Amino acid sequence: MRFMVIVKATPESEKGGALPDPELLLEMGKYNEELSKAGVLLALDGLHPSSKGARVKFSGKSHTVIDGPFTEAKELIAGFSILQVKSLEEAIEWVKRAPNCNPGGDSEVEIRQIFEMEDFAPVLTEEQIQHKAEKRAKLPNQTAHA
Amino acid sequence: MSATDPHHATHRTIEAVWRIESARVIAGLTRLTRDVGLAEDLAQEALVAALEQWPHSGVPDNPAAWLTATAQRRAIDLFRRNANAARKHEELAHELEALEQTSPDLDFPLDNTIADDLLRLVFIACHPILTAESRAALTLRLLGGLTTDEIARAFLTPEPTIAQRIVRAKRTLADKRIPFEVPRGPELADRLSSVLEVIYLIFNEGYSATAGDDLMRPTLCEDALRLGRVLAELTPTEPEVHGLVALMEIQASRTRTRVTPAGEPILLFDQNRAQWDQLLIRRGLTAIERAHKMNPTRGPYLLQAEIAACHAHARTPSETDWPRIVILYTELAQLTPSPVIELNRAVGVSMVHGPQAGLALVDALASEPSLARYHLLSSVRADLLYKLGRRPEARTEFERAAALTRNTRERDLLLARAASCETDPTNP
Repeated sequence: MRFMVIVKATPESEKGGALPDPELLLEMGKYNEELSKAGVLLALDGLHPSSKGARVKFSGKSHTVIDGPFTEAKELIAGFSILQVKSLEEAIEWVKRAPNCNPGGDSEVEIRQIFEMEDFAPVLTEEQIQHKAEKRAKLPNQTAHA
Repeated sequence: MSATDPHHATHRTIEAVWRIESARVIAGLTRLTRDVGLAEDLAQEALVAALEQWPHSGVPDNPAAWLTATAQRRAIDLFRRNANAARKHEELAHELEALEQTSPDLDFPLDNTIADDLLRLVFIACHPILTAESRAALTLRLLGGLTTDEIARAFLTPEPTIAQRIVRAKRTLADKRIPFEVPRGPELADRLSSVLEVIYLIFNEGYSATAGDDLMRPTLCEDALRLGRVLAELTPTEPEVHGLVALMEIQASRTRTRVTPAGEPILLFDQNRAQWDQLLIRRGLTAIERAHKMNPTRGPYLLQAEIAACHAHARTPSETDWPRIVILYTELAQLTPSPVIELNRAVGVSMVHGPQAGLALVDALASEPSLARYHLLSSVRADLLYKLGRRPEARTEFERAAALTRNTRERDLLLARAASCETDPTNP
């Protein structure tokens, strides 16, 4: 199963233009390398401060665009990674080994499970299956390829 | 015991810690005891101790070091207790005690020694002296951190059978004095292909279950992918390792589109390509690039990965680059001649030059004894006959394929296609 590990923003990560502490970057790099070596890290990305982003608010059929920055740092995110592990507990164990993104201070990481195939029951309707069956004659048999 | 029970929660945490740490713990213990079977037993004892103690004491800050230290103490006790202890054991006990005092730091970062031990563990678990199924079971147990029960369920095999398989495998490794080492020189290529074979076998058992009611067991695919990714980091300069990882990533990208909610298989060209997992495809393509950087010649896994990539690149089935697929299969057939590869090449040829050309190649394979009971031969042949409008023959072949497959879902699909040969014969 997969989890998205969401790193919450800190006042530091929200500062425009300021790159993170080089020591923290190094620690983070090492940590991510360990995740890769363990075969659990599928993807990761860091985000620019919210000053470089925007929000689109929907209200009925209309929408409003609000430019960043946004103030409530705790509810903002600074980066994320996607882990493929056996259980929520395993994801927690891995996250516990990460360096604190706000050295000496507080920071928060949220772990959320990603929907998988088995979470969605109907993939195809009967009609779609029928349609595909009709198209089938034009295509090769590829049981061997599937 | 309820899910909110703190002891239950600790057990789940211990399972997670075990999954993360067990391979490294076992690898380190194998180097110390020079006996992988004993190392695994000791690690298991440490796990039992953790299950007893951690619910009360809490999970230690460095669980791997705790497990290793506990296992090492058991090793010392065992060697000391053994009345017939040879001198060697006494020396070993001293060595271990000395080591214990220096308290090995098994915490991050994973240093080179641990990486080397892990790689040795991969090679010993996949040693060609063991049968393929023993290698698979041992690899999942030693490197994947799976319990015997989990392995048994994954392979639809009774637990005692798997347990016995593992015990026998460990005994064979001890009896034959298989060294705990990374093979060098000309031996390396052969031993590495044995490792890749085991990982791909595990993947395939999950991807297209050879028996049973489920077409796929995705967790087994995930286990194999994880092992492959770990191996790719341990042997980053081996192009075939990246090739295998690429092949598995790209095949796994289709997992969610391969089965209907009712459990029926959806073949490659009927799959909803919009639902293919782009993240895994991208990882697969990256792995192919890594392999290309290493070596201009392509090995069999890399070739198969590139064939899979041809399908991944095509947004619709009609955009598939069949000429390239035929070239890749031809290269693959030269490298590892096999009737199954020829069969796949025939499918490609039928797409480039028409069903008649494909059928000629398939018919040439019909006398191949190894394919006599191979359901895919019949299934491909049936499909080509169907396209040529030779419906009664197609029907017989589909029925034959259905009788040959061991997978019930696949059988249903083949029977449905056999039945469809009756309807509307004028409009193929």
